[in-house]
Amino acid sequence: MSSYSQAVSLLLHLADNALILGHRNSEWTGHGPVLEQDIAISNIALDLVGQSRNFYQYAAEKINSENPEYKMTEDGLAYFRDAWDFKNCLLVEQTNGDWAKTILRQFLFSNHQYLLYDALMSSKDEQIAAISEKSLKETTYHLRWSSEWVIRLGDGTEESHDRMLNAIADLWKFTGEFFIATNYELAVKKNAIGIDPSALKARWQEKLESVFTEATLPIPAQDAPMLTKASGKTGAHTEALGFILSEMQFLQRAYPGGMW
Amino acid sequence: MTIISSDIIDGEVKRIWKLLGEINDPEVPVLSIVDLGIVRAVQITPGITDEFNKPLIKGVVRITPTYSGCPAMDMIRMNINMALLEEGFKNISIETVLSPAWTTGWMSEHGKEKLKSYGIAPPNPKQQVCDTRLFQEEEAIQCPRCRSYHTQMISQFGSTACKALYRCLDCQEPFDYFKCH
Repeated sequence: MSSYSQAVSLLLHLADNALILGHRNSEWTGHGPVLEQDIAISNIALDLVGQSRNFYQYAAEKINSENPEYKMTEDGLAYFRDAWDFKNCLLVEQTNGDWAKTILRQFLFSNHQYLLYDALMSSKDEQIAAISEKSLKETTYHLRWSSEWVIRLGDGTEESHDRMLNAIADLWKFTGEFFIATNYELAVKKNAIGIDPSALKARWQEKLESVFTEATLPIPAQDAPMLTKASGKTGAHTEALGFILSEMQFLQRAYPGGMW
Repeated sequence: MTIISSDIIDGEVKRIWKLLGEINDPEVPVLSIVDLGIVRAVQITPGITDEFNKPLIKGVVRITPTYSGCPAMDMIRMNINMALLEEGFKNISIETVLSPAWTTGWMSEHGKEKLKSYGIAPPNPKQQVCDTRLFQEEEAIQCPRCRSYHTQMISQFGSTACKALYRCLDCQEPFDYFKCH
């Protein structure tokens, strides 16, 4: 993977985030707590997988133009890379847990993805700007839906409130990674293709505080345990990712290039 | 070398638009892809001739997805290809463009009428709920069955990515609303 350019790394980071969270959400299809929310989370999964396809297709195009001997495809990138090649944030690969954990994971991530796409709409790379513009409209729905659910559960019953507290205890530590810039992010920032993600932190925190306050949930303290390295973004993952890949990639690994 | 006149090109472009207007969206089969606003451009390259020096109709149809994950896009692309080939257009490629992003504002008035009579509430002419403010509901979504405005949103997400789920508080029927985007 080292022969790829920094811009390709950024594209894979964006694509992997969307694919892995999309896949996680799709695990709810047919198992949602009520039919309408089963449909909602499945729709969000579909949006995310669609966004990942746009980024993978563009990454494959770039890889092939940088390496004329390659014939990379979107499927090649989704199904034939191993865990250490994936550049998604650790948060999105975490297991679904209960509905509260899934909701909180979606809110923490959508809050970030919204700001990221909004900023990348000004990318000097026209295709990155176009995919971000398209995706932002969908992410707006995801952010609104997940914010409303955080409030509904946090300010709901004692049971739902407690479950949200458990979810915060499980997931909060992974959010630090959003704002730690990797080498590839800093490299593409120089030519205005990408952005420095640390610039998004203040707005992310502001939105979080307004939703948590309305949800009667405590805002985690500054010194709460927090990931201090860009881990998943540079390929160092939790064990959860391996399990996702073994299921998601099984068919293509068993029958390479299979189509239907 | 034969130059294709602009009259011929205009005529062919019109023919292609007409063909595209007869291709329906696979998920909302009452709407054509032109009604839906996903066909963005039809272009024919002027002045190209084939090996027998006859005018060659070569060009591109540009389409845009409603949502990134719209599963109907592959089928739509295939249906366009088939329709063009049936009419003898062998050199028209199909390109997907993402920007500017599709909006319900591009749906034709004709399309909105067809949606309504099919039982799906068409998108409101004015976009109301397209930002991150919480617990918003669009005003005055009309029940496509009993025409009452006394309706309520059940979920922002419906049977396909482009629809929300509503219910009518008068006739009690649930219905799909083609949500603003």
